[in-house]
Amino acid sequence: MMLSRKATEVAVFSLFRGCAVLVVLALLVLVGYIATGGLERLSIEFLTDMPRRANTQGGIFPAIVGTFYLMLIVLSISVPIGVMSAIYLVEYQQNSLMGRVFRLAVYNLAGVPSIVYGLLGLGIFVAYLGLGFSLISAGLTLSIMTLPLMISSAREAIAAVPSTVREASYALGATKWQTIWHHVLPYALPGIFTGIILSVSRAAGETAPLMLTGVAMSLQRLPDSFFDSFMALPYHVFYMATQSSNLLATRPIQYATALVLLLLVLGMNLFAIVLRKRYRDKYRW
Amino acid sequence: MALKLRKEKGRRLRKNKHLPPREKAIQLALNIATWTSIVALAAVFGELMLGALPAFSSINIIDFFTGTVWNPSHPMYPLYGVVPLFVGTMMVSFGAALIAIPIGLGCSIWLAELASPRVKAVFKPAVEILAGIPSVIFGFFALVILSEWISVVFDPVTKLNALNGAIMLAVMMIPIMVTVAEDAMNAVPRNLREASLALGATRWETIRHVVVPASLSGVVAAIVLAFGRAVGETMTVLMATGNATLLHFDFLRSVQTMTAAIAIDFGEVEFGSDHYHVLFLVGLVLFVMTFIINFLADWVIRRYREEY
Amino acid sequence: MTTAIHTEDLHVYFEKNHALKGVNMDIEMNKITAIIGPSGCGKSTFIRCINRMNDLIPGCTVKGKVMVDGEDVNDDDVDVVDVRKRIGMVFQKPNPFPKSIYENVAYGPRLHGVAETIDGKVRRRKHTKKELDEIVEHSIRRAALWDEVKDRLDKSGTSLSGGQQQRLCIARTLAVGPEIILFDEPCSALDPIATAKIEDLLVDLKKDYTVVIVTHSMQQASRISDRTAFFYLGDLIEMGDTKQIFEKPSKELTEQYITGRMG
Repeated sequence: MMLSRKATEVAVFSLFRGCAVLVVLALLVLVGYIATGGLERLSIEFLTDMPRRANTQGGIFPAIVGTFYLMLIVLSISVPIGVMSAIYLVEYQQNSLMGRVFRLAVYNLAGVPSIVYGLLGLGIFVAYLGLGFSLISAGLTLSIMTLPLMISSAREAIAAVPSTVREASYALGATKWQTIWHHVLPYALPGIFTGIILSVSRAAGETAPLMLTGVAMSLQRLPDSFFDSFMALPYHVFYMATQSSNLLATRPIQYATALVLLLLVLGMNLFAIVLRKRYRDKYRW
Repeated sequence: MALKLRKEKGRRLRKNKHLPPREKAIQLALNIATWTSIVALAAVFGELMLGALPAFSSINIIDFFTGTVWNPSHPMYPLYGVVPLFVGTMMVSFGAALIAIPIGLGCSIWLAELASPRVKAVFKPAVEILAGIPSVIFGFFALVILSEWISVVFDPVTKLNALNGAIMLAVMMIPIMVTVAEDAMNAVPRNLREASLALGATRWETIRHVVVPASLSGVVAAIVLAFGRAVGETMTVLMATGNATLLHFDFLRSVQTMTAAIAIDFGEVEFGSDHYHVLFLVGLVLFVMTFIINFLADWVIRRYREEY
Repeated sequence: MTTAIHTEDLHVYFEKNHALKGVNMDIEMNKITAIIGPSGCGKSTFIRCINRMNDLIPGCTVKGKVMVDGEDVNDDDVDVVDVRKRIGMVFQKPNPFPKSIYENVAYGPRLHGVAETIDGKVRRRKHTKKELDEIVEHSIRRAALWDEVKDRLDKSGTSLSGGQQQRLCIARTLAVGPEIILFDEPCSALDPIATAKIEDLLVDLKKDYTVVIVTHSMQQASRISDRTAFFYLGDLIEMGDTKQIFEKPSKELTEQYITGRMG
């Protein structure tokens, strides 16, 4: 029985290691195929040209611009609201009933399927508020969608600041807000920043809400206002891969567009991870 | 030189009414910002109800929930049975869970108990990156590459089928599972492991009999949460499963999920028509489903959290 | 006097930190040996060498010999699982498993099974329920806990008081059937009454086991131990009969520590 205990352990541990290898493999295979498929079509022209001939030629510039505008909207709306909510939840409502209600709301918002957010956007922003199929409708929808993620990351960063820092500040006679502004937020800022990057990158990759709030298949011009129609990278990948006029011929464009989106999102994620590591190393509590 | 004592009005930090006006204003602003979440959640639910309500009067609700044919675009006799869509969602989600749970658990245990810090520092970011990849990219991969591999191995009738969706969803579910389950296992105090080892247990025996049982609530919650994400996923299944709306239980045939139905049909639906409202109804059902699943996950954590 | 544990030139390094410096010590069977010294002197590190718990610390290197029953515990072909079966450990903070009291005590024996000699070959088999019940009851009784828990063996181990939890941990260790039991400051997290109960238990246990106890309380050491070893900054300064160490220490450092002028 002694021998088989050891042998069981060895076998089981190899299995677990195999699982981990599988996961890394999946990532590498996915990124690898997209990269090799899309590299040939990737070029400066591809990134800066307008689409031509019903998307079968030319570039994807409007899609890139559209995605950036969307990220901008999400940045300006969900970041302030998210950070303010996080501050409120950690500093003012830690142990109250209302705090629990808020946290429950955030938790449930996080679990809502993306297509349901699309329905929300359609019903409220497009129809009820009359914003139409436009950048602002899509942007607002995405903002609400990323709000829970923003709040969670910011909460984690703020809660990680040890209570001793706050106590020291209060003991010196500072008010609550002074303590937060001068002692808590500065230390939480790197973590909040990481959360912002992750949230915005999530928003950049979403497709379903866009489909219901007015993303366009092909445009020959850039949006001139927030009420204008727009293209976006994730939708472009979807559209080109499933509905464009010549699926086989445009395959390279599909790959290239997917690659651009992947690079954008991966780039932001990696940046956030590196940032977080540097911040952790700097502030070992 | 006499010390000037600052007579600050609000020294008690707890009750709002004793605070100086600036603090009060700030607290109010923060309070309002936080209410956004509740308003948003209510808006989601409200909007779904508003959009779905007309459907209750215009179509037969019993037929909706029990009908086995989904054919809303039929010009003469549109049928709104949600069962094929529901089955489609369940097939890909459960299929994904079947694949993701063992692999995810194996990964979590490996990460929490066995991996060296150096390897961990590479593996954890890899999992995070996998979690951050947009679903449309997974969908694209499934559409173009994975389906070909499945064709070669299984020789199915269509290469865009439920299996394709299930496998791709599993890859998406694993990072979520690993993150939550690993956290749960890490929370088990070190001295419990030491106690077990000091009694002469092997590392595997310690994991199996002490660590996993102690972190079970977190592990179960991880599984439930990941399943909830799978149910709510749209783009991947939209691109991978072929979107045929016939009712069947064959993994090698095409299915359509509830999420995909909403996404696709909205391209051609008329504002305010029956079809339009039924789609909102499907969305409502989806919302309730994921709400219940998330509630379950939270309940499991709360109820069965081990006291160490 | 028979020697239960014999260490020879024992060194322990944590990365660059030289935590134990050439310890040579003999620990006698069926006696209580107390290990005292100021914080950070290497007491816990030392006893963790005996049952190879230092293996669990990354970056830790152990050099030298720890002989138990004629064999070096650190030998390559020695099974560490077997070492820990024969040398048990009770920790500073009581750490019962979040399982029932019965399961806590049955855990160890269940893993190891019963060794039987059939046709000259040693085999292991699973315990029968009756055998397990007997082991559990015997161990809990020996740990002076039976009367308090006999009606609630199915309740969680964590539902007991601190002192009871620690006795449960002792019962758990006894159930595995060790010859030597190491105690790493077992009472530092307990109140005086619980401490007194455990001290009485230790004195009782030495009849059948070799007891080594690390303690930061000199009063405790002088109360219950037969032999005392004084460590300082990784060195074994002095070791001898407890009475002698506390009344007439031969090294000045020892005297400084005992009279409270240091540590």
